Amino acid sequence: MKIAIASGKGGTGKTTVATALALSAVQLPEFKKRVMLADCDVEEPNAHIFMSEESEEITGQEQYGSPSPNHIQWHEQEDIFATVPEVIEERCNYCGECRDICQFNAITVLGQTILVFPEMCHSCLGCFRVCEQNALQHGKRLLGQISKTHVNGIDLVQGELRVGEAMASPLIKAIKKRLPNDDTLVIIDAPPGTSCPVINTLTGTDYAILVTEPTPFGYHDLKLCAEVIKILSIPFGVIINRAGSGYKEVYEWCRKEGIDVLLEIPFDRGVAEAYAAGIPLIQARPDLQGHFSNILKNIVQSMEHLNA
Amino acid sequence: MRKELLILSGKGGTGKTSITAALAHLAAPSKIIADCDVDASDLHLILAPEIRSENDFISGTEAKIRRENCTACGECSAICQFDAIETDDEGIASVNGMACEGCAVCARFCPAEAITMHPCRCGQWFLSDTRFGPMVHSHLFPGEENSGKLVTLVKNQATQQAENLDKKLILVDGPPGIGCPVIASISGADLVLIVTEPTMSGLHDLERVIGLTTHFKVPAAVCLNKCDLNGNMAKAIERYCTDNGIEMIAAIPFDQAFTDAQVQGKAVTELQESGVSQTLEQMWFRLNDMLFSK
Repeated sequence: MKIAIASGKGGTGKTTVATALALSAVQLPEFKKRVMLADCDVEEPNAHIFMSEESEEITGQEQYGSPSPNHIQWHEQEDIFATVPEVIEERCNYCGECRDICQFNAITVLGQTILVFPEMCHSCLGCFRVCEQNALQHGKRLLGQISKTHVNGIDLVQGELRVGEAMASPLIKAIKKRLPNDDTLVIIDAPPGTSCPVINTLTGTDYAILVTEPTPFGYHDLKLCAEVIKILSIPFGVIINRAGSGYKEVYEWCRKEGIDVLLEIPFDRGVAEAYAAGIPLIQARPDLQGHFSNILKNIVQSMEHLNA
Repeated sequence: MRKELLILSGKGGTGKTSITAALAHLAAPSKIIADCDVDASDLHLILAPEIRSENDFISGTEAKIRRENCTACGECSAICQFDAIETDDEGIASVNGMACEGCAVCARFCPAEAITMHPCRCGQWFLSDTRFGPMVHSHLFPGEENSGKLVTLVKNQATQQAENLDKKLILVDGPPGIGCPVIASISGADLVLIVTEPTMSGLHDLERVIGLTTHFKVPAAVCLNKCDLNGNMAKAIERYCTDNGIEMIAAIPFDQAFTDAQVQGKAVTELQESGVSQTLEQMWFRLNDMLFSK
């Protein structure tokens, strides 16, 4: 089963919730310790910061918030490439067919010169298909890396977009292809926003949790994100983080729309400080673990009910 | 000389939009405001723009299959690299618009010539007036592509407006992350102000955004928001900036005033008694210097 954690607005607590769910799930017999956390926020992947086993050691000590980042030992790292055309000059007759089919302006032909702009290429392979001279060969552009490890009893997978690479979606699709389709519980940390990277992350998931905060920005972006989820027909619930601002619109909207509020996480400076230090929420607030376990149990039950 | 100041953050939720709103309030009247956080834009919630003109954002194309002409040969499904072709029980193909990237390869190779390409209406963009000056902003429809192209469009319109109205400054609220819309927003910027926070995630994401501004050779300055959340992380970020030759031009303590201002639909500097106003004013003076005094 795949549960995606999303939000329109950034910084509402997606990663906090995703790591809390994964760390709670691994304690539950229902999941037989088959829990995966997949970080699809490839532009800024941060889940690994909260999964480092080192951070457990520094809790309770004065060095809370050691500035050295929690380093995680990756067991496996794989470079992910996009296929792009490369010209074999001696075969090219500069007919311009490849330029004409390319909808992304990745190929220019001027007289006896052909230029490829690999960073514009969407890897549709159209140019290869139309080239009658066999003058294009498969080149590659580095999109980023997919890294895997096993930590705290959880399989952790993350994608990390290469700095300077514009296209997040192909890397996200590559992560999605590597996710198990058996009874492993997969918690997916989604990117913020409402455009293609979010769609690619959410497609094919069984349930989504939208994390928001009770502020005008949080409310506005929650509504946008809910529109996306509805288009994809994925059942979802809401977690309200930093509750207690007095701004009521989010609650009223959820009630009116019949959307489940799964949990409220009260605003607590201690939680913010733990987050700053890379300490997982349920370590800072062990009393919340039961709530996360219940959320998971309820989602699993409702999914079984749905499939029955 | 006209200058463009872009506000970025890498990580979401660091206060980028609240700080952009404050700068919009503080910067002299000679400016255009552009919201380039196109797929979850929030600046309009503070600036309450009065829309002067509303325009469609048409970008890219999408394949459509004429059902009656489809012979269920499966060719389109085999060549599509984006898993955008769905087939029914009889093998008749249709296009999933969300997945289609508009490459037109299926249209070119369909033996039955049953596929045509159609322009996409992906969103809207607006020219507006606000109490802080003219604003260009947009709304990308949920689930749409081409956010980078919409960013470029908003920026081009803002530049055009600045030329027409002879404005000296273009103030741009950028998107989070480091991908396509961010890269589009960096193009043409004279200075990037990165708003970060003293958290592990904040530092990690800051490193990646600075990697990007360095890659595109655009000068950057850092504003550390919620600076008193974690002293060690604040020091680590300060050290990172020093080591990389980037000026940290402001450190703003955690302040409830940001949320209060947001709820009231105001810039934090518009609030009567807000302790952060002075820090933000000083930050604006420094930015003004960096932009215009060379």
